Amino acid sequence: MNPTAATFQHRHAAHCESGVASNLFSHYGAPISEAMAFGLSSALSFAYLPFVKLTGFPLIAYRMPPKFILKGLRKPLDTRLHFETFRSEEQGQRRLDALLEQGHVVGLQTSVFWLPYFPKDMRFHFNAHNLLVYGRDGDDYLVSDPVAEEPQRCAVADMQRARFAKGVLAPKGLLYYPEKPGRQVVSAADVRKAIVKTTRIVLGPVPVVGVRGMRMLAKKISRLQNDEYGLNYIGHIVRMQEEIGTGGAGFRFLYASFLQEAAALCALPELDVMAERLNAIGDDWRSFALQAVRMIKGRDAVDFAALSASLQELAVKEGDFFRALRKAVQ
Amino acid sequence: MDISDVPQEGNSTLGHHRKALYAKDASGRMVLVPSRGSEVDETVTLQAIQRLNAQADEARRRCVAGQTAPLEVWMWTQRMDLPLLSQVTGIWQWRIRRHFRPRVFARLKPALLERYAQALGLRAEQLQQIP
Repeated sequence: MNPTAATFQHRHAAHCESGVASNLFSHYGAPISEAMAFGLSSALSFAYLPFVKLTGFPLIAYRMPPKFILKGLRKPLDTRLHFETFRSEEQGQRRLDALLEQGHVVGLQTSVFWLPYFPKDMRFHFNAHNLLVYGRDGDDYLVSDPVAEEPQRCAVADMQRARFAKGVLAPKGLLYYPEKPGRQVVSAADVRKAIVKTTRIVLGPVPVVGVRGMRMLAKKISRLQNDEYGLNYIGHIVRMQEEIGTGGAGFRFLYASFLQEAAALCALPELDVMAERLNAIGDDWRSFALQAVRMIKGRDAVDFAALSASLQELAVKEGDFFRALRKAVQ
Repeated sequence: MDISDVPQEGNSTLGHHRKALYAKDASGRMVLVPSRGSEVDETVTLQAIQRLNAQADEARRRCVAGQTAPLEVWMWTQRMDLPLLSQVTGIWQWRIRRHFRPRVFARLKPALLERYAQALGLRAEQLQQIP
Protein backbone atom coordinates (compact mmCIF):
# COMPACT_ATOMS: atom_id res chain seq x y z
CA MET A 1 0.00 0.00 0.00
CA ASN A 2 0.86 3.62 -0.50
CA PRO A 3 2.88 5.34 2.25
CA THR A 4 0.54 8.35 2.44
CA ALA A 5 -2.45 6.22 3.31
CA ALA A 6 -0.92 5.59 6.73
CA THR A 7 -0.30 9.22 7.70
CA PHE A 8 -3.37 10.83 6.18
CA GLN A 9 -6.00 12.05 8.64
CA HIS A 10 -9.62 12.05 7.57
CA ARG A 11 -11.90 14.58 9.27
CA HIS A 12 -15.64 14.98 8.92
CA ALA A 13 -16.73 18.40 7.61
CA ALA A 14 -19.85 20.44 6.98
CA HIS A 15 -18.99 21.31 3.40
CA CYS A 16 -17.09 19.38 0.78
CA GLU A 17 -14.70 22.04 -0.51
CA SER A 18 -13.74 23.62 2.81
CA GLY A 19 -13.39 20.10 4.24
CA VAL A 20 -11.17 19.03 1.37
CA ALA A 21 -9.08 22.20 1.68
CA SER A 22 -8.66 21.75 5.42
CA ASN A 23 -7.74 18.05 5.17
CA LEU A 24 -5.48 18.60 2.18
CA PHE A 25 -3.45 21.53 3.54
CA SER A 26 -3.27 19.96 6.99
CA HIS A 27 -1.76 16.89 5.38
CA TYR A 28 0.77 19.02 3.49
CA GLY A 29 1.96 20.78 6.62
CA ALA A 30 -0.34 23.77 7.25
CA PRO A 31 -2.87 22.61 9.82
CA ILE A 32 -6.01 24.71 9.38
CA SER A 33 -9.54 23.96 10.49
CA GLU A 34 -12.47 23.69 8.13
CA ALA A 35 -13.89 26.96 9.46
CA MET A 36 -10.56 28.73 8.89
CA ALA A 37 -10.38 27.40 5.32
CA PHE A 38 -13.91 28.63 4.70
CA GLY A 39 -13.44 32.05 6.24
CA LEU A 40 -9.92 32.75 5.06
CA SER A 41 -10.98 32.21 1.44
CA SER A 42 -14.03 34.51 1.88
CA ALA A 43 -16.34 31.73 0.72
CA LEU A 44 -19.52 32.87 2.47
CA SER A 45 -22.02 34.53 0.18
CA PHE A 46 -25.43 34.30 -1.36
CA ALA A 47 -26.19 34.03 -5.05
CA TYR A 48 -29.44 33.62 -6.90
CA LEU A 49 -28.73 32.62 -10.49
CA PRO A 50 -32.00 32.36 -12.42
CA PHE A 51 -30.15 31.72 -15.68
CA VAL A 52 -28.44 28.53 -14.46
CA LYS A 53 -31.06 25.80 -14.32
CA LEU A 54 -30.86 22.58 -12.32
CA THR A 55 -33.72 20.28 -13.41
CA GLY A 56 -35.75 23.33 -14.29
CA PHE A 57 -35.04 25.40 -11.17
CA PRO A 58 -32.56 28.23 -10.63
CA LEU A 59 -29.25 27.76 -8.89
CA ILE A 60 -29.28 29.30 -5.42
CA ALA A 61 -25.95 29.15 -3.64
CA TYR A 62 -25.01 30.33 -0.19
CA ARG A 63 -21.31 30.49 -0.98
CA MET A 64 -18.90 31.45 -3.74
CA PRO A 65 -18.47 29.22 -6.84
CA PRO A 66 -16.50 25.92 -6.86
CA LYS A 67 -12.69 26.12 -6.53
CA PHE A 68 -13.03 29.53 -4.86
CA ILE A 69 -11.95 28.17 -1.47
CA LEU A 70 -8.94 26.28 -2.80
CA LYS A 71 -7.80 29.22 -4.89
CA GLY A 72 -8.41 31.68 -2.07
CA LEU A 73 -6.05 29.79 0.23
CA ARG A 74 -3.03 29.91 -2.05
CA LYS A 75 -1.95 33.39 -1.05
CA PRO A 76 -2.43 33.31 2.73
CA LEU A 77 -0.68 29.93 2.91
CA ASP A 78 1.95 30.94 0.36
CA THR A 79 1.57 27.86 -1.76
CA ARG A 80 0.66 26.79 -5.26
CA LEU A 81 -1.98 24.36 -6.37
CA HIS A 82 -1.69 22.27 -9.48
CA PHE A 83 -5.03 21.91 -11.26
CA GLU A 84 -5.19 19.43 -14.12
CA THR A 85 -8.07 18.49 -16.39
CA PHE A 86 -8.01 15.82 -19.05
CA ARG A 87 -9.37 15.31 -22.51
CA SER A 88 -9.07 11.54 -22.33
CA GLU A 89 -10.44 9.45 -19.48
CA GLU A 90 -7.57 6.97 -19.60
CA GLN A 91 -5.04 9.76 -19.30
CA GLY A 92 -6.94 11.12 -16.31
CA GLN A 93 -6.80 7.79 -14.56
CA ARG A 94 -3.13 7.19 -15.37
CA ARG A 95 -2.21 10.60 -14.00
CA LEU A 96 -4.16 10.01 -10.78
CA ASP A 97 -2.55 6.61 -10.28
CA ALA A 98 0.91 8.06 -10.93
CA LEU A 99 0.39 10.84 -8.40
CA LEU A 100 -0.83 8.37 -5.78
CA GLU A 101 2.21 6.22 -6.55
CA GLN A 102 4.44 9.23 -5.82
CA GLY A 103 2.77 9.58 -2.44
CA HIS A 104 0.48 12.53 -3.14
CA VAL A 105 -2.94 13.02 -1.64
CA VAL A 106 -5.05 14.21 -4.56
CA GLY A 107 -8.25 16.25 -4.69
CA LEU A 108 -10.91 15.47 -7.28
CA GLN A 109 -14.03 17.13 -8.58
CA THR A 110 -16.79 14.57 -9.08
CA SER A 111 -20.48 14.05 -9.75
CA VAL A 112 -22.29 12.62 -6.73
CA PHE A 113 -24.65 10.62 -8.94
CA TRP A 114 -21.95 8.07 -9.76
CA LEU A 115 -20.46 7.65 -6.28
CA PRO A 116 -21.77 4.33 -4.97
CA TYR A 117 -21.11 5.01 -1.29
CA PHE A 118 -23.52 7.95 -1.32
CA PRO A 119 -27.02 7.23 -0.02
CA LYS A 120 -29.25 6.45 -3.00
CA ASP A 121 -31.68 9.27 -2.34
CA MET A 122 -28.87 11.81 -2.28
CA ARG A 123 -27.48 10.85 -5.66
CA PHE A 124 -28.42 13.65 -8.02
CA HIS A 125 -26.54 14.95 -11.03
CA PHE A 126 -24.52 17.51 -9.15
CA ASN A 127 -21.08 17.88 -10.66
CA ALA A 128 -19.12 20.00 -8.21
CA HIS A 129 -18.52 17.62 -5.34
CA ASN A 130 -14.97 17.63 -3.96
CA LEU A 131 -13.24 14.71 -2.33
CA LEU A 132 -9.71 13.46 -1.67
CA VAL A 133 -8.09 10.23 -2.78
CA TYR A 134 -5.23 9.14 -0.55
CA GLY A 135 -4.37 5.75 -1.97
CA ARG A 136 -5.26 2.83 -4.13
CA ASP A 137 -5.85 -0.70 -2.94
CA GLY A 138 -6.29 -3.10 -5.87
CA ASP A 139 -9.39 -2.04 -7.76
CA ASP A 140 -10.51 0.43 -5.10
CA TYR A 141 -9.51 4.02 -4.43
CA LEU A 142 -9.23 4.99 -0.79
CA VAL A 143 -11.42 8.04 -0.54
CA SER A 144 -11.63 10.74 2.07
CA ASP A 145 -14.98 12.35 1.39
CA PRO A 146 -15.30 15.17 3.90
CA VAL A 147 -19.07 14.95 4.12
CA ALA A 148 -18.81 11.30 5.20
CA GLU A 149 -17.88 10.49 8.78
CA GLU A 150 -15.47 7.69 7.89
CA PRO A 151 -13.06 7.17 4.97
CA GLN A 152 -14.71 5.36 2.06
CA ARG A 153 -13.71 3.05 -0.75
CA CYS A 154 -14.74 3.52 -4.34
CA ALA A 155 -14.18 1.18 -7.29
CA VAL A 156 -11.89 2.61 -9.96
CA ALA A 157 -14.55 2.31 -12.68
CA ASP A 158 -17.13 4.21 -10.62
CA MET A 159 -14.64 6.94 -9.83
CA GLN A 160 -13.91 7.30 -13.53
CA ARG A 161 -17.60 7.88 -14.25
CA ALA A 162 -17.86 10.40 -11.42
CA ARG A 163 -14.80 12.30 -12.62
CA PHE A 164 -15.84 12.44 -16.25
CA ALA A 165 -19.53 13.17 -15.80
CA LYS A 166 -20.83 15.78 -18.23
CA GLY A 167 -23.32 18.62 -17.97
CA VAL A 168 -23.36 21.84 -15.92
CA LEU A 169 -19.99 22.36 -14.16
CA ALA A 170 -18.57 19.23 -15.80
CA PRO A 171 -15.40 18.26 -13.87
CA LYS A 172 -13.46 17.03 -16.93
CA GLY A 173 -11.48 14.77 -14.65
CA LEU A 174 -10.21 17.72 -12.61
CA LEU A 175 -7.58 16.76 -10.05
CA TYR A 176 -5.46 18.98 -7.84
CA TYR A 177 -2.66 18.81 -5.31
CA PRO A 178 -0.70 21.54 -3.52
CA GLU A 179 2.96 22.25 -3.12
CA LYS A 180 4.28 22.39 0.39
CA PRO A 181 2.81 25.54 1.97
CA GLY A 182 5.39 28.23 2.66
CA ARG A 183 3.51 29.33 5.75
CA GLN A 184 2.22 27.00 8.43
CA VAL A 185 0.26 29.54 10.45
CA VAL A 186 -2.35 32.02 9.37
CA SER A 187 -1.61 35.68 9.95
CA ALA A 188 -4.03 38.12 11.57
CA ALA A 189 -3.67 40.55 8.67
CA ASP A 190 -4.83 37.92 6.18
CA VAL A 191 -7.82 37.08 8.35
CA ARG A 192 -8.88 40.72 8.51
CA LYS A 193 -8.44 41.06 4.77
CA ALA A 194 -10.58 37.97 4.18
CA ILE A 195 -13.37 39.30 6.39
CA VAL A 196 -13.39 42.65 4.60
CA LYS A 197 -13.54 40.85 1.28
CA THR A 198 -16.58 38.85 2.41
CA THR A 199 -18.41 41.99 3.49
CA ARG A 200 -17.56 43.57 0.16
CA ILE A 201 -19.04 40.62 -1.75
CA VAL A 202 -22.21 40.34 0.33
CA LEU A 203 -22.87 44.07 0.37
CA GLY A 204 -21.70 44.54 -3.19
CA PRO A 205 -23.47 46.02 -6.18
CA VAL A 206 -24.16 42.84 -8.19
CA PRO A 207 -27.95 42.41 -8.24
CA VAL A 208 -27.99 38.61 -7.97
CA VAL A 209 -25.31 38.34 -5.27
CA GLY A 210 -25.40 38.89 -1.52
CA VAL A 211 -28.10 40.94 0.14
CA ARG A 212 -29.41 42.16 -3.20
CA GLY A 213 -29.69 38.56 -4.41
CA MET A 214 -31.79 37.69 -1.35
CA ARG A 215 -34.12 40.58 -2.10
CA MET A 216 -34.43 39.50 -5.71
CA LEU A 217 -35.28 35.94 -4.69
CA ALA A 218 -37.81 37.25 -2.15
CA LYS A 219 -39.53 39.17 -4.93
CA LYS A 220 -39.59 36.05 -7.07
CA ILE A 221 -41.21 34.09 -4.22
CA SER A 222 -43.93 36.70 -3.77
CA ARG A 223 -44.85 36.27 -7.45
CA LEU A 224 -45.21 32.46 -7.28
CA GLN A 225 -48.61 30.87 -7.89
CA ASN A 226 -50.04 28.43 -5.39
CA ASP A 227 -49.61 25.31 -7.52
CA GLU A 228 -47.39 22.29 -7.95
CA TYR A 229 -44.61 24.41 -9.45
CA GLY A 230 -44.75 26.99 -6.67
CA LEU A 231 -44.46 24.34 -3.97
CA ASN A 232 -41.66 22.60 -5.82
CA TYR A 233 -39.93 25.95 -6.18
CA ILE A 234 -39.83 26.69 -2.47
CA GLY A 235 -38.88 23.07 -1.82
CA HIS A 236 -36.00 23.57 -4.19
CA ILE A 237 -34.85 26.69 -2.31
CA VAL A 238 -34.78 24.75 0.94
CA ARG A 239 -33.03 21.84 -0.72
CA MET A 240 -30.32 24.11 -2.05
CA GLN A 241 -30.10 25.57 1.43
CA GLU A 242 -29.98 22.48 3.61
CA GLU A 243 -29.25 19.41 1.55
CA ILE A 244 -26.84 20.01 -1.29
CA GLY A 245 -23.30 21.34 -1.06
CA THR A 246 -24.60 24.82 -1.70
CA GLY A 247 -25.02 25.55 1.98
CA GLY A 248 -27.39 27.87 3.79
CA ALA A 249 -27.91 28.04 7.51
CA GLY A 250 -25.06 25.57 7.93
CA PHE A 251 -22.62 28.00 6.31
CA ARG A 252 -23.66 30.77 8.69
CA PHE A 253 -22.78 28.49 11.62
CA LEU A 254 -19.53 27.51 9.94
CA TYR A 255 -18.63 31.16 9.44
CA ALA A 256 -19.52 31.89 13.06
CA SER A 257 -16.98 29.27 14.05
CA PHE A 258 -14.43 31.03 11.85
CA LEU A 259 -15.20 34.39 13.50
CA GLN A 260 -14.46 32.85 16.89
CA GLU A 261 -11.10 31.63 15.65
CA ALA A 262 -10.49 35.03 14.12
CA ALA A 263 -11.35 36.78 17.40
CA ALA A 264 -8.58 34.90 19.17
CA LEU A 265 -6.10 35.26 16.32
CA CYS A 266 -6.58 38.99 15.79
CA ALA A 267 -7.21 39.75 19.49
CA LEU A 268 -10.55 41.33 18.56
CA PRO A 269 -13.13 40.26 21.18
CA GLU A 270 -15.77 42.10 19.16
CA LEU A 271 -15.68 39.26 16.65
CA ASP A 272 -16.95 36.89 19.36
CA VAL A 273 -20.01 39.09 19.62
CA MET A 274 -20.40 39.05 15.85
CA ALA A 275 -20.15 35.24 15.87
CA GLU A 276 -23.01 35.13 18.34
CA ARG A 277 -25.06 37.40 16.11
CA LEU A 278 -24.39 35.30 13.03
CA ASN A 279 -25.37 32.21 14.98
CA ALA A 280 -28.78 33.81 15.53
CA ILE A 281 -29.05 34.65 11.82
CA GLY A 282 -28.31 30.99 11.02
CA ASP A 283 -31.21 30.03 13.27
CA ASP A 284 -33.42 32.43 11.31
CA TRP A 285 -32.43 30.67 8.09
CA ARG A 286 -33.50 27.42 9.68
CA SER A 287 -36.85 28.93 10.67
CA PHE A 288 -37.26 30.09 7.09
CA ALA A 289 -36.70 26.51 5.88
CA LEU A 290 -39.15 25.19 8.45
CA GLN A 291 -41.76 27.74 7.43
CA ALA A 292 -41.45 26.64 3.80
CA VAL A 293 -41.60 22.94 4.64
CA ARG A 294 -44.71 23.37 6.78
CA MET A 295 -46.42 24.84 3.73
CA ILE A 296 -45.20 22.01 1.50
CA LYS A 297 -46.48 19.45 4.00
CA GLY A 298 -49.84 21.20 4.19
CA ARG A 299 -49.56 21.93 7.92
CA ASP A 300 -49.71 25.65 7.30
CA ALA A 301 -51.68 27.44 4.62
CA VAL A 302 -49.52 28.26 1.61
CA ASP A 303 -48.60 31.91 1.95
CA PHE A 304 -45.84 32.99 -0.41
CA ALA A 305 -46.16 36.60 0.72
CA ALA A 306 -45.25 35.60 4.28
CA LEU A 307 -42.32 33.50 3.07
CA SER A 308 -41.12 36.37 0.93
CA ALA A 309 -41.37 38.71 3.91
CA SER A 310 -39.24 36.33 6.00
CA LEU A 311 -36.55 36.37 3.36
CA GLN A 312 -36.72 40.17 3.10
CA GLU A 313 -36.24 40.32 6.85
CA LEU A 314 -33.21 38.01 6.56
CA ALA A 315 -31.77 40.29 3.89
CA VAL A 316 -32.09 43.26 6.23
CA LYS A 317 -30.48 41.35 9.11
CA GLU A 318 -27.59 40.11 7.00
CA GLY A 319 -27.09 43.60 5.59
CA ASP A 320 -26.85 45.07 9.10
CA PHE A 321 -24.65 42.23 10.24
CA PHE A 322 -22.07 42.58 7.49
CA ARG A 323 -21.93 46.36 7.84
CA ALA A 324 -21.21 45.91 11.55
CA LEU A 325 -18.66 43.22 10.76
CA ARG A 326 -16.84 45.57 8.39
CA LYS A 327 -16.66 48.20 11.13
CA ALA A 328 -15.37 45.63 13.61
CA VAL A 329 -12.29 44.74 11.58
CA GLN A 330 -11.44 48.14 10.16
CA MET B 1 -27.79 26.91 17.17
CA ASP B 2 -27.00 25.14 20.43
CA ILE B 3 -25.79 21.54 20.46
CA SER B 4 -29.12 20.47 21.92
CA ASP B 5 -30.89 21.99 18.90
CA VAL B 6 -28.91 19.97 16.33
CA PRO B 7 -31.57 17.88 14.61
CA GLN B 8 -31.32 14.18 15.38
CA GLU B 9 -34.84 13.08 14.50
CA GLY B 10 -33.47 11.23 11.49
CA ASN B 11 -33.67 11.66 7.75
CA SER B 12 -34.31 8.49 5.78
CA THR B 13 -32.65 9.93 2.68
CA LEU B 14 -29.28 10.09 4.45
CA GLY B 15 -29.18 6.30 4.86
CA HIS B 16 -26.83 5.55 7.72
CA HIS B 17 -24.77 8.67 7.03
CA ARG B 18 -24.62 11.61 9.38
CA LYS B 19 -23.88 15.12 8.26
CA ALA B 20 -21.72 17.61 10.07
CA LEU B 21 -23.17 20.81 11.51
CA TYR B 22 -21.56 23.49 13.61
CA ALA B 23 -23.31 24.34 16.86
CA LYS B 24 -22.57 26.11 20.12
CA ASP B 25 -21.39 24.00 23.05
CA ALA B 26 -21.83 24.78 26.75
CA SER B 27 -18.79 27.08 26.81
CA GLY B 28 -20.04 29.07 23.80
CA ARG B 29 -17.59 27.63 21.25
CA MET B 30 -18.86 26.57 17.82
CA VAL B 31 -17.99 22.90 17.42
CA LEU B 32 -18.69 20.21 14.85
CA VAL B 33 -21.63 17.96 15.68
CA PRO B 34 -22.75 15.01 13.55
CA SER B 35 -26.47 15.25 12.80
CA ARG B 36 -28.90 12.50 11.83
CA GLY B 37 -30.82 15.10 9.86
CA SER B 38 -34.29 16.48 10.21
CA GLU B 39 -37.73 16.23 8.73
CA VAL B 40 -37.14 19.54 6.96
CA ASP B 41 -34.26 18.16 4.87
CA GLU B 42 -36.04 14.88 4.33
CA THR B 43 -39.21 16.54 3.03
CA VAL B 44 -37.49 18.57 0.34
CA THR B 45 -35.25 15.72 -0.83
CA LEU B 46 -38.21 13.36 -1.07
CA GLN B 47 -40.15 16.06 -2.89
CA ALA B 48 -37.41 16.30 -5.52
CA ILE B 49 -37.23 12.52 -5.87
CA GLN B 50 -41.00 12.19 -6.11
CA ARG B 51 -41.09 14.81 -8.81
CA LEU B 52 -38.67 12.76 -10.91
CA ASN B 53 -40.43 9.50 -10.05
CA ALA B 54 -43.79 10.94 -11.07
CA GLN B 55 -42.33 11.94 -14.40
CA ALA B 56 -40.83 8.44 -14.82
CA ASP B 57 -44.21 6.84 -14.04
CA GLU B 58 -45.96 9.08 -16.49
CA ALA B 59 -43.42 8.26 -19.19
CA ARG B 60 -43.73 4.54 -18.40
CA ARG B 61 -47.49 4.74 -18.86
CA ARG B 62 -47.06 6.42 -22.23
CA CYS B 63 -44.38 3.92 -23.17
CA VAL B 64 -46.68 0.99 -22.46
CA ALA B 65 -49.33 2.74 -24.55
CA GLY B 66 -46.82 2.99 -27.41
CA GLN B 67 -46.53 6.76 -27.31
CA THR B 68 -42.90 7.05 -26.29
CA ALA B 69 -39.73 4.97 -26.29
CA PRO B 70 -38.10 3.31 -23.25
CA LEU B 71 -35.31 5.86 -23.65
CA GLU B 72 -37.48 8.57 -22.11
CA VAL B 73 -38.38 6.36 -19.14
CA TRP B 74 -34.71 5.61 -18.56
CA MET B 75 -33.89 9.29 -18.72
CA TRP B 76 -36.20 10.01 -15.79
CA THR B 77 -35.24 6.94 -13.75
CA GLN B 78 -31.58 8.01 -14.06
CA ARG B 79 -32.66 11.38 -12.62
CA MET B 80 -32.04 13.38 -15.75
CA ASP B 81 -34.22 15.67 -17.80
CA LEU B 82 -34.08 16.63 -21.45
CA PRO B 83 -31.58 19.54 -21.18
CA LEU B 84 -29.26 17.41 -19.05
CA LEU B 85 -29.46 14.34 -21.31
CA SER B 86 -28.71 16.64 -24.22
CA GLN B 87 -25.65 18.09 -22.49
CA VAL B 88 -24.36 14.69 -21.44
CA THR B 89 -24.76 13.04 -24.84
CA GLY B 90 -24.02 16.08 -26.98
CA ILE B 91 -27.18 15.39 -28.99
CA TRP B 92 -29.55 18.27 -29.67
CA GLN B 93 -32.77 18.32 -27.67
CA TRP B 94 -35.03 18.25 -30.72
CA ARG B 95 -33.16 15.22 -31.96
CA ILE B 96 -33.57 13.42 -28.64
CA ARG B 97 -37.25 14.32 -28.65
CA ARG B 98 -37.47 12.73 -32.07
CA HIS B 99 -35.71 9.63 -30.77
CA PHE B 100 -38.41 9.36 -28.12
CA ARG B 101 -40.85 8.42 -30.91
CA PRO B 102 -41.13 4.63 -30.78
CA ARG B 103 -40.84 4.13 -34.54
CA VAL B 104 -37.73 6.29 -34.77
CA PHE B 105 -36.26 4.67 -31.68
CA ALA B 106 -36.73 1.18 -33.14
CA ARG B 107 -34.48 2.12 -36.07
CA LEU B 108 -31.71 3.86 -34.11
CA LYS B 109 -28.17 2.95 -35.17
CA PRO B 110 -26.19 0.89 -32.63
CA ALA B 111 -23.65 3.70 -32.29
CA LEU B 112 -26.33 6.15 -31.14
CA LEU B 113 -27.84 3.60 -28.78
CA GLU B 114 -24.39 3.06 -27.33
CA ARG B 115 -24.02 6.81 -26.79
CA TYR B 116 -27.29 6.98 -24.89
CA ALA B 117 -26.42 3.86 -22.91
CA GLN B 118 -23.04 5.34 -21.96
CA ALA B 119 -24.58 8.59 -20.81
CA LEU B 120 -27.20 6.84 -18.70
CA GLY B 121 -24.76 4.30 -17.26
CA LEU B 122 -26.49 1.32 -18.87
CA ARG B 123 -25.79 -1.46 -21.34
CA ALA B 124 -27.24 -0.90 -24.81
CA GLU B 125 -29.60 -3.90 -24.52
CA GLN B 126 -31.15 -2.45 -21.38
CA LEU B 127 -32.33 0.56 -23.35
CA GLN B 128 -34.78 -1.65 -25.27
CA GLN B 129 -36.65 -2.68 -22.13
CA ILE B 130 -38.97 -0.55 -20.06
CA PRO B 131 -37.38 -0.07 -16.63
